Amino acid sequence: MTLHLWKRNETLVAIVIVAFCVLATLSDPLFFSATTLTDLLRASIVLGILAVGAMLVLISGGIDVSFTAIAVFAMYASTVLTLGVMPDLPWYLVFALSIGIGALLGAINGIFIAGFGLPTLIVTLGTLSVFRGFLLTIIGSERISALPPGMRDFSRMMIARGTTEAGSFYALPAAFAALAGTVVLTWFILHKTMLGRAIFAVGGSVESARRIGINVRATQFFVYVYVGALAGLAGIIHGSLGRMADPFSLVGLELSVIAAVVLGGARLIGGYGTVTGTLLGVALIVLVQNSLIVVGIPSTWQSVAIGVLILLGTGLPAWQARRAAARTA
Amino acid sequence: MSEGSRLARFLVAPEFRLAIITLAVFALMSMLSPERFLSAQNLTSMAFQFPEFAILALAMTLTMMTGGIDLSVIGVANLSAVIAASLLAAFATPDMTLAQSLPWLMLAAVAALATGALAGAFNGLLVAHFALPPILATLGTGLVFTGFAVALTGGSAVMGFPEAVAWLGNGRLAGIPVPLVVFALLAIGLHVLLTRTSFGLKATMYGANPLAALYAAIDIGRLLLRVYVVSGMFSAIAGLVIMSRANSAKADYGSSYLLLAVLIAVLGGVNPYGGYGRVIGVVLAVLSMQFLSSGLNMLQVSNFAREMIWGTLLIFVMLINTYDWSGLRHARTSTRTSH
Repeated sequence: MTLHLWKRNETLVAIVIVAFCVLATLSDPLFFSATTLTDLLRASIVLGILAVGAMLVLISGGIDVSFTAIAVFAMYASTVLTLGVMPDLPWYLVFALSIGIGALLGAINGIFIAGFGLPTLIVTLGTLSVFRGFLLTIIGSERISALPPGMRDFSRMMIARGTTEAGSFYALPAAFAALAGTVVLTWFILHKTMLGRAIFAVGGSVESARRIGINVRATQFFVYVYVGALAGLAGIIHGSLGRMADPFSLVGLELSVIAAVVLGGARLIGGYGTVTGTLLGVALIVLVQNSLIVVGIPSTWQSVAIGVLILLGTGLPAWQARRAAARTA
Repeated sequence: MSEGSRLARFLVAPEFRLAIITLAVFALMSMLSPERFLSAQNLTSMAFQFPEFAILALAMTLTMMTGGIDLSVIGVANLSAVIAASLLAAFATPDMTLAQSLPWLMLAAVAALATGALAGAFNGLLVAHFALPPILATLGTGLVFTGFAVALTGGSAVMGFPEAVAWLGNGRLAGIPVPLVVFALLAIGLHVLLTRTSFGLKATMYGANPLAALYAAIDIGRLLLRVYVVSGMFSAIAGLVIMSRANSAKADYGSSYLLLAVLIAVLGGVNPYGGYGRVIGVVLAVLSMQFLSSGLNMLQVSNFAREMIWGTLLIFVMLINTYDWSGLRHARTSTRTSH
């Protein structure tokens, strides 16, 4: 019964996406092309990796708004460190460095949330400004466009590239594989390991999880470290693909990411969320951010559209659940 | 209750601790730059600066008392200000006399307050009747309200008001800065609302234990609706003060105030899980934040470093407060049994 309702939340998003694409193609036939597809896929890499992490936090019953600050911190710090110490570091080591810094910052969130039991929103609001403030005051506030060669090499690696029949160029960067890898790994952790079951259990009810012998603190700590690591990955990809380490970028994106996750059906009270739903949510947000103008809505209405989507995405399931509860009562 | 236990309760209250912190910050800043921090000019400029975000913190306090949160305060403030500003820019020219522009000023203020009330009612409806978690509901509506303000203005600032507009943010009433007067009135109003009315009692009860409030036959839907309407109207007033001080309205003014408002409420001892909060604590928190902010400004600390210090402070205060609450709750129950 409930499964059926939740399925409807994801199908709803899928229907909206299809409808959007049909409308867009009708008003501009050029929309339906390999170029648009690769552009949208490219735009969804960073958002998608961040969204998978944010989904994990929501499943565990928390909320994280600091991951964009972690992403930009990890990206900028690892770029500065690489340039200063070993400029010729291959790209995978720069990536590992960024992921490591991200995990470390995530661990700080984890200490306050899992260790001291502070409310997740307040902690991450606080660390958002601490990480960002630390980055901009102590590490630096200059944009760096002379990236380490390793990062530039990475940005040139492509999965597919070519020219469409209409003559427009398309390319899908190798970074898309990172999103695919993140999705597979997260899916595996959530559904094939005891750790994944523990994350769902903690999100469903902390007390019940504790009574069946789950180490609640360790589980929560893992979630925030993992999210930090994913943020580090997303950050360094953002820097490499944009060919610029900009310490002012990314922060502010967190609302769109949370919107994507919530649209995909993950619930703030925890215990529920799917990878498929999250990816559908990301697809819809990317469409809204990039192609709203194609269906005739001016881009100044973009934030209204995303806000409305958040409200619908959370409101419909909440409303259905309440109605279902009223019917059984 | 004996005098001794009343004193003990006073000493253990978070507000007392906060009063000491406030005094300590004030003393520290006075020592670090005595000439400039204690100058009359600095003291008055502080009194003009803090009311706009302090009013937002009051709105945050009320919603937190019920265990909710209002992340849309800054969106509501800017939308209300943009609507008021558009009305003024369209109908009242800068060269109008006070008598000529007064009706338009009143209309603009009423429009802003109505916008705030409507926006708050929308939040309340989502939280109370559609059972959305307050964080997500107000996150979403915050984007929608900001988005409306962007769409109305095309993203640019609305300017060109009658001179009288500046009075709300920059004027003086019997020597006291007008925004300070506005803040004082709202703070007293909120204090009375929370401690002297059945609405305040119900809001506190609901925050402390929603299920018990339900069994006590409190109309929760109506209660939450009113909480968010009041929060929206406070935000609208803050929006008007910001508009008056900036002499313009824009969709993205004061974006750092959201964190600040949450920080002040938490620093002021308001329990983010609901059920406890005192206006005096919030006022003390506002003062200590302003002292810190002005002092750091004089020591030429950058904005980013200030953000970092605020964030650290937020987490630090949460740590102290959660650590102490267990002891406090114990003290409270023991005084209750001694009645």
